[in-house]
Amino acid sequence: MKKVYARPKLLKDASMHYCPGCGHSIVTKLIAEIIEEMGLADRSVCVPPAGCAVLTYNYLDIDTSEAAHGRACAVATGIKRVLPDRMVFTYQGDGDMAAIGTAETIHAANRGERFTTIFINNAVYGMTGGQMAPTTLVGQKTTTSPHGRSVQNEGAPIPISEMIAILDGAVYIERTTVTSVSAVRNTKRAIKKAFTAQMDNLGFTLVEVLSPCPTNWKMNPLKSCQWIDEEMTQVYPLGVLKDETSGAPDREVANAD
Amino acid sequence: MSQKSNYKLMRGNTVVGEAAVQAGCTCYFGYPITPQNQLPEYMSRRLTEVKDGIFIQSESELSAINMVLGASVAGARVMTSSSSPGISLKQEGISFLCGCELPAVIVNMVRGGPGLGNISPAQSDYFQATRGGGHGDYRVVVLAPASCQEIADLTMEAFDIADYYRNPVLILADGMLGQMMEPVTFENYTPRQIPEKDYVLDGAKGRPSRINLSLILNPQQMEDHNWKLMRKYKTIERNETRYEEFMMDDAKLAVVAYGTAARIAKGAVKRARSDGMKVGLIRPITLWPFPSDIIRKRASKTDLFFVFEMSAGQMVDDVRLALEGRSEVYFHGRPGGIIPTPVEVLRIISRQYYQKELGE
Amino acid sequence: MKARIEIDSEACKGCLYCVETCPKKMIAVDDTLNAKGYYPARFDDNDRNDCTGCIMCAIMCPEAAIEVYRESKK
Repeated sequence: MKKVYARPKLLKDASMHYCPGCGHSIVTKLIAEIIEEMGLADRSVCVPPAGCAVLTYNYLDIDTSEAAHGRACAVATGIKRVLPDRMVFTYQGDGDMAAIGTAETIHAANRGERFTTIFINNAVYGMTGGQMAPTTLVGQKTTTSPHGRSVQNEGAPIPISEMIAILDGAVYIERTTVTSVSAVRNTKRAIKKAFTAQMDNLGFTLVEVLSPCPTNWKMNPLKSCQWIDEEMTQVYPLGVLKDETSGAPDREVANAD
Repeated sequence: MSQKSNYKLMRGNTVVGEAAVQAGCTCYFGYPITPQNQLPEYMSRRLTEVKDGIFIQSESELSAINMVLGASVAGARVMTSSSSPGISLKQEGISFLCGCELPAVIVNMVRGGPGLGNISPAQSDYFQATRGGGHGDYRVVVLAPASCQEIADLTMEAFDIADYYRNPVLILADGMLGQMMEPVTFENYTPRQIPEKDYVLDGAKGRPSRINLSLILNPQQMEDHNWKLMRKYKTIERNETRYEEFMMDDAKLAVVAYGTAARIAKGAVKRARSDGMKVGLIRPITLWPFPSDIIRKRASKTDLFFVFEMSAGQMVDDVRLALEGRSEVYFHGRPGGIIPTPVEVLRIISRQYYQKELGE
Repeated sequence: MKARIEIDSEACKGCLYCVETCPKKMIAVDDTLNAKGYYPARFDDNDRNDCTGCIMCAIMCPEAAIEVYRESKK
């Protein structure tokens, strides 16, 4: 019999430390598949976040640079500007991208930096023990919103991807999830499209993945997937938020040569 | 053709920029803040003339230092600049650069503080510069120019030092040095031999993938890493310490000052000498590593070390530490952006000299 | 046998995604703990030869712990 699915080559041997059912594991696996399929293994640079995914460099076998919490989009800007023909992507969580990193994210998108941001939205700060995130839902209980997030006190969950979609520099933004096989396949397609748009030099690309965090949501993995499908997608609807990848004029590279 | 024709009259801030370009800097990221704005403005024009030149006015000083980290790990010579409050914002990034062992040049045109302060020249960021400034056990090489020519020479050297040791270098100047105009040549400096950059992240083509990190969860490995950094800093102390002595041969009173304060002090020392006082000047050029050895050495003949800073007293601590009680220390400072005159400093030197009967 | 899967039971964390996903319900939960302390998934073909090699289990698996084999078409 022929092997029709193998563990991706670009996943290092180390077992991933994520909790059972965590979305990070699925997306990391997808990225490994995609980079291999697109032949970009020797031309990719990843900038992971501070957060559960800080150890991404132990899993993906590509050049990887740590960044301070929230600063991945600034670090990626520096890398991509110096090496414009490499495939550069950040891999960030809610706090990294939409709290402490808000300015760096928005301005990188506004400048149309040619890198991709993969945004893992699990509505909570996972690594630090389940505190409220900018994307925590109203009424959702976390360790720093023990009575449930209230609009009056904490404000509503921030629609960061919708905010970025307003900017001309952002050319492709899609929100997906990983709660079913078709959802996972869709996420893979979306990330591949984002990487392709980057290599076509079109502008800033963003894929937001609604991702289960069973441990901090205090649910089992299957229930977490259900919660995403029933609750999270009400606030963060799936779909394409922006797509200017076809027929988009090839923008002039910002650097002088 | 006389050598003078290679000199141009330039403003300190602009000198930094041109020197950086001459040294092969292709990236500049920064944010406007008085009194250094001529530098990003110059770089925004000058880098369009440089192959692979990259200029970004970043959204904050914080994102600038992180763009610096990215460009550095991608293999480029990169610089950022700011003034005191903006350098405070960069401290996290500087700690990361040191932990990751990445080269970069950071320029601080110091202004009055603390807080929003004012835009006058000051020397109140000495602690911030020399004591790390951010979190963790690390050091940044700190260079203190005292003239536009020295800005040119030290800026060019800063890139070599940064690359050679894989460590950030901070140029600590002030608003006056940044604004003054003096004739400058960029032909003084001879570049060093730099080892190959085997840490660059440019896509793992034909080699195993690399990781750039400063996160070391295992405490033993972290301790080992820290001692490795400390050994590097010891090497820098041995090789890179620099200072200037002026009229120190028979000095009974040594003024210790750097940067703009040293220029003022030099004027005071010259006047003191013509008044018959045996006074000299030790001018640290590297603030880290601090020239403790020469201060300790001079203590055998010098009875009083007169530390003069445009601050409430920061470098004076290093002078005391260097002396370890071998000689007396007197501090005179003007914080908040005041620029004293040589005559004022001379008055205080004279008072000390005669009160302590140093002439006997 | 048209197809089969191999589950790395030591890598499995018992999340049950594959169990839930398999359209032929051919994955069960083992009642022996693995070294990490999870009850891993187990391929339960029971001589039914129902596995089509659809790889849906492998797609869902967060640990990339499932490899899939299929008979090549003649």
